[in-house]
Amino acid sequence: MTTFIARRLIQTVALLFILSIILFALVNLAPGGPLSAYGGRRIRPEKIELLKRQFGLDRPLPIQYIYWLAGNDWIQIDSDSDGVTDEPGTRKGILRGDFGFSYRTREPVLHEIGLRLPNTITLMGITMFTAIAIAIPLGIYSALKQYSFFDFFATTFSFAGQAIPEFWLGLLLILIFYAWLKNPWTGEPLLPSGGMSSLGSGFSLSDRLSHLVLPVLTGALGWIAWYSRFLRSSLLEILPLNYLRSARARGLSERRVVLRHALSNALIPIVTLIALDLPYIFTGAVLIETIFAWPGMGRLYYQAAVERDYPLLMAVLIIGAGFIILCNLIADILYAYLDPRVRYE
Amino acid sequence: MSTYTSIEILQNPAEQAVDLAQNVWKRFRRHRGAIVGMILFASLALLCILAPLSPYDPEKSNLAEKFQPPSATHWLGTDALGRDLFTRIIYGGRISLAVGGIAVAISLLIGVPIGALAGYYGGTLDSILMRITDAFLSLPSFLVLILLAAILREVEIPFFQRNNVFTISFVIGILSWMTFARLVRAAFLTLRELDYVSAARALGSSDGRIILGHILPNGIGVVIVEATLQLGYAIIQEAGLSFLSFGIQQPTPSWGNLISTAQDHFIKYPWLAVFPGLMIFLSIISVNYIGDGLRDAFDPYKVLERVGEYT
Repeated sequence: MTTFIARRLIQTVALLFILSIILFALVNLAPGGPLSAYGGRRIRPEKIELLKRQFGLDRPLPIQYIYWLAGNDWIQIDSDSDGVTDEPGTRKGILRGDFGFSYRTREPVLHEIGLRLPNTITLMGITMFTAIAIAIPLGIYSALKQYSFFDFFATTFSFAGQAIPEFWLGLLLILIFYAWLKNPWTGEPLLPSGGMSSLGSGFSLSDRLSHLVLPVLTGALGWIAWYSRFLRSSLLEILPLNYLRSARARGLSERRVVLRHALSNALIPIVTLIALDLPYIFTGAVLIETIFAWPGMGRLYYQAAVERDYPLLMAVLIIGAGFIILCNLIADILYAYLDPRVRYE
Repeated sequence: MSTYTSIEILQNPAEQAVDLAQNVWKRFRRHRGAIVGMILFASLALLCILAPLSPYDPEKSNLAEKFQPPSATHWLGTDALGRDLFTRIIYGGRISLAVGGIAVAISLLIGVPIGALAGYYGGTLDSILMRITDAFLSLPSFLVLILLAAILREVEIPFFQRNNVFTISFVIGILSWMTFARLVRAAFLTLRELDYVSAARALGSSDGRIILGHILPNGIGVVIVEATLQLGYAIIQEAGLSFLSFGIQQPTPSWGNLISTAQDHFIKYPWLAVFPGLMIFLSIISVNYIGDGLRDAFDPYKVLERVGEYT
């Protein structure tokens, strides 16, 4: 197992290296070059030349890539463009955690991300938790009552849930819970249509929670549909197996047979699946945070794309790719850990 | 060599294909959801194909008639510029469905050859191709999609002007071929070891003929099922991208950008957001049911089990 993990980690480093080259090339070979939009500002052509020199964008691409990766504080650069290389560079490179400065705010990219990341983790963590908490009982019940009315309903729901575009669902929920349904006591909209908290009022838990309801519902529905369906079929494969018959024969209650003996095996693939899906739940944040004006990473990325704030976009993509690879590794390890039949050489 | 050996006649790929198609269709018909899905999808597609029959122009504004609710003259109402929403939806459907279809075609064109070569030849070629596949699978695809579309939105190069249908299909396609590559590779890995392939090789068939004529037809089932599901996926990707305004650009309608523009007014004029989204929903759900039916149809035991002919 240790050898397996070590080998996978080495592969991961290689993979991230290839990805960093692909992404770097993509952004820097883009027509107009990385400064063409410069965070949405209009700048004079002379200024562009100066900025290019300052950012080191006048150097050949492979050199730029090395600076971006490993920094340039170990060599002398010509920072005031008088033709003499007289000062050490200031960049540390992404390997040492320096993702550069956002074109738009001129703040370090990691600082920008650090401000928004907790909001996204809160939203998506709660979404994930809600999805699992609803999907598991739903899946168990429809597997036990296969072909019943409830199962038929749950199956239809799961097909529909997987086909609804998130952003459309979000707008429908706003329409229902913000525009149409009113709070019977105050006459105000039942739920807020966006944001993380009401402006002007202090912190209140109920206010925060009410702002969470719609984005969480929007994000969770598709996952509920997917996981409940998956658990249903994984349980249906296990329920006829002999070891459960023996468990019943030993006099265990049906409840114990299903919830302990069957479920613990049926959940193994789900746990791995959740680990694999985790990055996609975060990618979904782009649409959900845009609809609900949620100040998180998704909206940050969206704004950065509109203004073509390349340092920020690159940072999010590299971190995102690293996260996906990490989740894949975790899924593999979890699988081997939970299922003793799985062995990695 | 103009005469066929008896084995080659028995293995005539064309005859096999007809047989396979008939069997699959026979089993597909038993899946009620899939048939309903197919009828629904066919009617949506037909509606979009017949779009020019609409008396209204999809792009010309008519401010005198803006924000009309659904009525007999404007079945689904009109938008902020007085354009008939039904007309814009069916024209938008042409774009959205075309993007879906072309995107799947592009990912098939990339994924199937990569998977076939990797699975058939194995060895170093396999390792290289699969590492590339892994790299693409590790990309946060929707985020890269946004980046690519945001870059291409600003440029003028032949075929890629202003995020037209081809541009959007292309970016979706080059980010979604990996599943095809993996499925085809897996099919080739098992099939290439079978006796009929050795027989074909012994008879002197070229690698190309074995790959295209002997192995690929037997692995086509999973590819077709996956292609159907990918169609739905591509439609939803285009819609999401256009919703964020990086996809198909105004005034050309697509289901995604219709919802995007509706955002400003949908509280007061809900139909503007509800109907285009309903079209996306209906097309995805019908495609998913078709995919489900095809999966059963290509897996004979599952269908027989369902109708009780096999236990």
